[in-house]
Amino acid sequence: MVELVLIPLLKIIVVLNATLLGVTYMVLLERKVIAWAQSRLGPMRVGPYGVLQPVADAMKLMLKEDITPARADKWVFTLAPILSMVPALVVYAVIPFGDEVHLFGRRISLYITDINVGLLYVVSVTSVGVYGIILAGYSSNSKWPLLASLRASAQLISYEIAITLTLVSVVLMSGTLSMVGIVTSQASQGVWYAFIQPMAFVIFFIGGLAETNRAPFDLPEAEQELTGGFHTEYSGMRFALFFLAEYANMIVVSSVATTLFLGGWLRPFPNVEFLSFLGIVPGWCWFLLKSFIFLYLFIWVRATLPRYRYDQLMRLGWKVLIPLAIANLILTAIVKVALA
Amino acid sequence: MITPTHYLLLSMALFTIGLAGVMTRRNIIIVFMSIELMLNAVNINLVAYSAQVQNLVGQVFAIFVIAVAAAEAAVGLGILLAFYRNKETVNIDEMNLMKW
Amino acid sequence: MAEAIAFYVLAACILGFAVLVVTAKNPVHSVVFLVLDFLCVAALYVTLGAEFVAAIQVLVYAGGIVVLYLFVVMLVNVKRPPEAFRAGGRHATLGLALAGAVLVEAAAIAVWSRLSPAAPASAAQTLPVSGNTEQVGWLLYTSYLVPFEVASMLLLVAMVGAIVLARKES
Repeated sequence: MVELVLIPLLKIIVVLNATLLGVTYMVLLERKVIAWAQSRLGPMRVGPYGVLQPVADAMKLMLKEDITPARADKWVFTLAPILSMVPALVVYAVIPFGDEVHLFGRRISLYITDINVGLLYVVSVTSVGVYGIILAGYSSNSKWPLLASLRASAQLISYEIAITLTLVSVVLMSGTLSMVGIVTSQASQGVWYAFIQPMAFVIFFIGGLAETNRAPFDLPEAEQELTGGFHTEYSGMRFALFFLAEYANMIVVSSVATTLFLGGWLRPFPNVEFLSFLGIVPGWCWFLLKSFIFLYLFIWVRATLPRYRYDQLMRLGWKVLIPLAIANLILTAIVKVALA
Repeated sequence: MITPTHYLLLSMALFTIGLAGVMTRRNIIIVFMSIELMLNAVNINLVAYSAQVQNLVGQVFAIFVIAVAAAEAAVGLGILLAFYRNKETVNIDEMNLMKW
Repeated sequence: MAEAIAFYVLAACILGFAVLVVTAKNPVHSVVFLVLDFLCVAALYVTLGAEFVAAIQVLVYAGGIVVLYLFVVMLVNVKRPPEAFRAGGRHATLGLALAGAVLVEAAAIAVWSRLSPAAPASAAQTLPVSGNTEQVGWLLYTSYLVPFEVASMLLLVAMVGAIVLARKES
């Protein structure tokens, strides 16, 4: 009874709280890093060095007036942020943060669950996240959000294909769809998949940038172009939900990239005995460190690159990334068959 | 104890709801969506019986049904858009170009 | 016991959402209910142990086909809202009567076949791999390779056809 219900429940509570805390502090991290990239300091007033800024942001957003446009579709208007946030959080059920720890005499695995089709579950749940954007744009009953939401969702479903194809090449290497199985196969093969599937890694990262509407692919929500994009008419807590959903998606993409390409909870060079002293650091620390590197990379790219125009964006997704991903897949399959 | 007959009744009810939607509604997109409901009813049936006889043919067939449904939805909506460009209606009562 | 609860709850959700799809006045509401319906059907597949089909259902049906429907609904919704459900029209009554007749007939067949059971089904198959996804993959690439290739040709033709049909006259 305890194993079946209580432990997963505790894990869910821990993961959800950690995620939401991480998401709020991601906002601060982004503002700070972009500020430092632009030779300024960022938020410094609230708390020492601006550390309590997310608290101030949260309070502001919660106390703002909740405005619904006059002829908006009330139910769909309320549903859209929920449909955006829930898929981003539900994916955490299969992400492995570490191996196993011994707490209070029990062996507790550091993931909520491990299903046989874990990777397929991740892809399918994130593809449901498109609905939040489309319904937000539609229910605002206004031209700009509708156009922006159609563009954003077209961008999302285009880059989904490239991402799924790269994931197939990873599955070819590991032979299993379960997330824990992919990490253990990296351990048994002794190499992180980023080194034997570099093109898949790069395509996954670029696709991840586009999937989360991050720069340089953030035209749908660019303030200068479309007056705020699909969440123009949202204010207060609903807007906060969209905002948090975007950052939660970012953390999800980072975690999945870490698991698939950077070895999850494995230490660097898992097959080199010389470096086994690195095993002192527990697995979940390595996982958090690698995810943090990805998150920093997201912010760095945003501070550096200019924005893609919409047709350039679609051209990149369909005419460049998908053929490259297919070519990578065919090459991987040929090499695997030839070596067997 | 859930027997395959329960799934059969569920899939029949879903099929009938889809059938009622196809025959009753005037909006062609709702008609398409009711057809998807009917296809899902068939899929539920296939997967339920496949689980009972422990033979995976049912699931393979269900995957093919999903693939064919995707193709049919794409082409059907393409035809709808092409028609909508000529006569701006989605009401199937007004799609009567062959009647004078 | 848990399986029974799961089945009844999911069946109620599936049928409820299906009725809402068919009777909603606003097409966008119909599409939202359709998505929720497909997610419930995927959950039903998971309770049946068909996890690969469940993932494909969410990925393709709920995440692809219904997005397509939503796009088209919003593209044709712009000018004027289409004709809604005309309750009590002649068509509606006839349609519902026919649907009821089909349901009664199918229920009769189900009950009759329950009373006179058919021959026992074929023996369970044994495949060289274990695990639902691996077994389905094995079948798709060995016994059912030809339908698999034909399905991929079908999807290619449908893709080309849809693009040609929906393209603007330039």
